[in-house]
Amino acid sequence: MSANKYEAVIGLEVHVELKTNSKIFCACSTEFGAAPNTQVCPVCLGLPGTLPVVNKRVVDFAIKAGLALNCKIAEFSKFDRKNYYYPDLPKGYQISQYDLPICEHGYLDIEVDGETKRIGITRIHMEEDAGKLMHEGDAIAEAESSLVDYNRTGVPLLEIVSEPDLRSPEEAVAYLEKLKAILQYTEVSDCKMQEGSLRCDANVSVRPVGAAEFGTKTELKNMNSFKALQKALEYEIERQIDILEDGGEVVQETRSWNENKGITVSLRSKEEAHDYRYFPDPDLVPLVIDREWVERIRETLPELPDERKRRLIEEYGLPEYDATVITSSKDLADYFDRCLQYFGDAKKVSNWIMAELLRLLNARDLEAADCPVSPEQLAELLQLIDKGTISGKIAKQVFEEMFDTGKTAAAIVKEKGLEQISDAGELERIVEQVIANNPDPVADYRNGKKQAIGFLVGQVMKATRGKANPQLVNELLRKKLS
Amino acid sequence: MTVYSLTAHELHEKLKSKEISARELARAVLDRIEQLEPKVKAYLTVTAEQAMEKAAEVDRRIARGEELRPLEGIPMALKDNLCTEGIKTTCGSQILHNFVPPYSATVVEKLDREGAILLGKLNMDEFAMGSSNENSSFYPTRNPWDLERAPGGSSGGAAAAVAADEAVFTLGSDTGGSIRQPAAFCGVVGLKPTYGRVSRYGLVAFASSLDQIGPITKDVKDCALVLQAIAGHDDKDSTSADVPVPDYTEVLGKDIKGMRIGIPKEYFAEGLDSGVKEKIEAAIKQLQELGAVCEETSLPHTEYALPAYYLVAPAEASSNLARYDGVRYGFRDTEAQDVISMFRSTRSKGFGPEVKRRIMIGTYALSSGYYDAYYLKALKVRTLIRRDFDRAFAKYDAIVTPTSPNVAFRIGEKIGDPLSMYLSDLYTIPVNMAGLPAISLSCGFSEGMPVGLQIIGKPFDESTVLQIAYQYEQSTLHHQARPALEVR
Repeated sequence: MSANKYEAVIGLEVHVELKTNSKIFCACSTEFGAAPNTQVCPVCLGLPGTLPVVNKRVVDFAIKAGLALNCKIAEFSKFDRKNYYYPDLPKGYQISQYDLPICEHGYLDIEVDGETKRIGITRIHMEEDAGKLMHEGDAIAEAESSLVDYNRTGVPLLEIVSEPDLRSPEEAVAYLEKLKAILQYTEVSDCKMQEGSLRCDANVSVRPVGAAEFGTKTELKNMNSFKALQKALEYEIERQIDILEDGGEVVQETRSWNENKGITVSLRSKEEAHDYRYFPDPDLVPLVIDREWVERIRETLPELPDERKRRLIEEYGLPEYDATVITSSKDLADYFDRCLQYFGDAKKVSNWIMAELLRLLNARDLEAADCPVSPEQLAELLQLIDKGTISGKIAKQVFEEMFDTGKTAAAIVKEKGLEQISDAGELERIVEQVIANNPDPVADYRNGKKQAIGFLVGQVMKATRGKANPQLVNELLRKKLS
Repeated sequence: MTVYSLTAHELHEKLKSKEISARELARAVLDRIEQLEPKVKAYLTVTAEQAMEKAAEVDRRIARGEELRPLEGIPMALKDNLCTEGIKTTCGSQILHNFVPPYSATVVEKLDREGAILLGKLNMDEFAMGSSNENSSFYPTRNPWDLERAPGGSSGGAAAAVAADEAVFTLGSDTGGSIRQPAAFCGVVGLKPTYGRVSRYGLVAFASSLDQIGPITKDVKDCALVLQAIAGHDDKDSTSADVPVPDYTEVLGKDIKGMRIGIPKEYFAEGLDSGVKEKIEAAIKQLQELGAVCEETSLPHTEYALPAYYLVAPAEASSNLARYDGVRYGFRDTEAQDVISMFRSTRSKGFGPEVKRRIMIGTYALSSGYYDAYYLKALKVRTLIRRDFDRAFAKYDAIVTPTSPNVAFRIGEKIGDPLSMYLSDLYTIPVNMAGLPAISLSCGFSEGMPVGLQIIGKPFDESTVLQIAYQYEQSTLHHQARPALEVR
């Protein structure tokens, strides 16, 4: 009950890795998964005397993301040093942007419960990623020693900070999903949470409904999936409400989401917060971005999720829900579009993508881009259904097999003899047999219980192992029983 | 004159005419090093073997009749904060006592391509912080003119090596006077180029917005030749300017009649040693005799340059030196049991007292709550200092001042009093704060020690600075004076 008296105020800080070929301040490769410390050079290792030089592609990508998120692109911005000690930070500071970020004042629209809501984006800035620590043994506290892999050091990141406009975990998840979609559409990032190319921290507070002031916030870290974000926020909001209900005060601190225990735990208090001693990096010159540069990037902007959704609704008459799901991922939307080149019934394509394709992708933990069934192959399957070669039910079976074996629909149908039986003569024989074997349902039907025909159809399907053309079976049964 | 006493341009002629070979020359300077090092201690590392190999290579080129570039075969040495691939680069610090860079600084590559012969790496105040070389964590270098005195700093080894004929020329670095002050103390020529004129890639950073690499030479012509070899834009240094590099030797010998020179009165106020003042005034008179128009002028914010510098430079240093944490290279305290104590003890054992002092000052200046009052304020002062110079240069072609308020002091004299040590850079610091080019050259002696004359130019106008310096030098005999170092 008490939860209704409060509302949550949430802002997200999202880090995405940019998929440039080389790092932000040197020419090293950014490829994921290479052997430790093989993608390093004196510059990204921060060896004495080395200097950073900005990768122009990173700036291009930041501008592109900024434009896609409706931001103002700063004509003048600069890089700053964020000073702190950590073994994975080779210079003892991270090059970031502090008071003059490259993008500001943007927004994106989310849909929650059928309502569109605009979420403000405070700023987007560029920075370099740190390396990765690997601890010997199971836990950091027991580790005898640790190793550092600097391959990731200097990989370009964008930090995207939202306004505290989100009011529920659902809105936060919708925001993150939309953000991910936009960044994937613009091809600036893969946004793979499991590979760490999309990371999210949240600032959360609660306040009595109707209050103008924000409550004291906590910062949540270590949420490695959309589900974790949702659960962590739910937990933290409840935790804060409980404190307030008990007459207590929320402490401003950083808390970490513990996935196994399903709780947030205190990481450090406000007093223990770092003083990063930001100051302009004297090794880099201010970044001056003229309008031509911005326009050049604007011309490369692709169709974004909202536009594409509108197009699917207007051009193909898809229901809003279908269009939203399909355009939530660029790969999925591309899949849909390509499928339509071979099979013109948009609604049928959409149904198959929404039901079967997504079900199998989720079950096999795959992204749309990695789908083993090509759009052409799916279209071929849909044509087989359309022509009556196989039934819709059999098609689902065939699709799963295509998914797992990579074979074409035609090959599977032929191999397994799954072609639909539409030969009236052959079916007539089976129908007669079913009528003979099932006197009770037959009597029921004749006595007016018309739904008894369903059982009889089922018996015919069983006898044909699902291959009978169900429409034809229906017709034949009615004729024979009348 | 013995071969090691000659300048690069004189030696170039002798190599070209095959009067001497590059190997004979290198051997002569290496022998000189061997004889004098126990006294002078200018070097931290001597690379005799590599030097002789490179000299043999030059001799082969000469034998093939290939054209000899100006610095080809000339023995030189580098301040130990310039990264040299495969050769230890310590910055005069315990924390880098074993650091061997896997790459070379841009200037090192350039000199190598020009065929100059590297003899070794030179002593310096730890991380270039100091004005006497006493902050070297290995040993202090001594002034060849008086072994009881300091050679200045932080490029003390680089200046002493040239003065003692232990190298024909050297490269130093100058953040607040670290080329010019030791050049003045050792009676040699030292040039700090305009900020951005020479690539800093491979120079171990002290204060990135102030650091510049520059030559220390026996005369002005050599200075022009070495600057020619190292100047120019570098893709690896975003702060290196894409400004065309003129032919610096072209202006040498051109008269300075009618040239307008400003003499800022603030540089002749309290604190200037009377012996130094006398020599500077004589030098100004000499410039007038050469046809220059010298006028008193004012740089009103001069007195704020030093305090502002001691916020900006330590602030940048506190961040630049954060990387020395014992994780990847250099000294590590292996007794530490966890990462935080490893950072702490590595840094407290690895750095000397002056470096720690500046890290603390800089950390404080950047701290939240103090940033605006210290660091930001210092940046504003810096702008005012730059404007002072802008206004003066609207009227004058160059500005002339003493390089240092005093001649070389005795080793131990100031080491216990950091503030009085800092004051010896009073006249050089404003130039770094404004990013201008300036040269120091000898203009006589006081107390038997050389006095340095500083000539400051407009941004990227090293040519005018060299032109005036050359005219002055050629009209006096100071550059020919050599310290009497007895060699047994």
